[in-house]
Amino acid sequence: MVVEQIDNERADRLLHALSDATRRDIIRRAIDGEHSVSALARAYPMSFAAVQKHVAVLETAGLVSKRKRGREILVRTEIAALRLAAQVLDQLEAVWRDRISRIDALLEEPETQSEGER
Amino acid sequence: MPVTNVIKSPETRTMSVTAEFAAPVGRVWQIWADPRQLEKWWGPPTWPATFTEHDLRPGGWARYFMTGPNGDKSRGWWRFDAVEAPRRIDLEDGFADEAGQPNAEMPSMFMRVSLDDRAGGGTRMTTVTTFPSAESMHQLLAMGMEEGMHAAMGQIDGLLAA
Repeated sequence: MVVEQIDNERADRLLHALSDATRRDIIRRAIDGEHSVSALARAYPMSFAAVQKHVAVLETAGLVSKRKRGREILVRTEIAALRLAAQVLDQLEAVWRDRISRIDALLEEPETQSEGER
Repeated sequence: MPVTNVIKSPETRTMSVTAEFAAPVGRVWQIWADPRQLEKWWGPPTWPATFTEHDLRPGGWARYFMTGPNGDKSRGWWRFDAVEAPRRIDLEDGFADEAGQPNAEMPSMFMRVSLDDRAGGGTRMTTVTTFPSAESMHQLLAMGMEEGMHAAMGQIDGLLAA
């Protein structure tokens, strides 16, 4: 299924993005609001360009978004999408747990009763 | 408990549920292949499903509706992408309009059902559900909330009437 291949690529990008301590720290900082790349760069012992590169990896993975304000680039963590997805999956889990307990009950019934009726 | 494992991955919009049953694979296959058995478990008791079409073969369609406590009908469709009796089904599940035709405005999801022999007898059933996009999940959530609101309102009506 094509959908699965796309999902694998996405998962790889996500895991790669999360594999670095600086990138994980950027996500944490930018959760509570927008941070400029230059402000982020001051927080780490590395060049502006290096931080900018980290931000680009996070953006590709869909974990942060960027926007320009004057000469500044502002970074924000995009958790809304993930939280929403988690909520839908929680609801779907409940649906499937109910279905499986009904299947379990159905399988317990004598087979003669479940086949060929109606 | 027959459910042995649940893996949820919001990043890839996928959920995998594994359950184990004492019945052999051939018997568990029947709960998918026989629409009369499917009707006994697909919908909750308050919204039972009725399958009006169930053409279990690659490219085949299934059409169903679920009937709510007030007689409201929620219609859906499946398109079978892959069918390998008695082990695997790939299908797309979506919402249908009044005529049972796929509603393009509404989200759909992909499902893979796998049945495997369990060591020591019985069947391991895994269903993997994948949402095609974050937008489709957002839409579902909005709809679910609306449904929940209706249900809550119905309960309040019931209390006031009592």
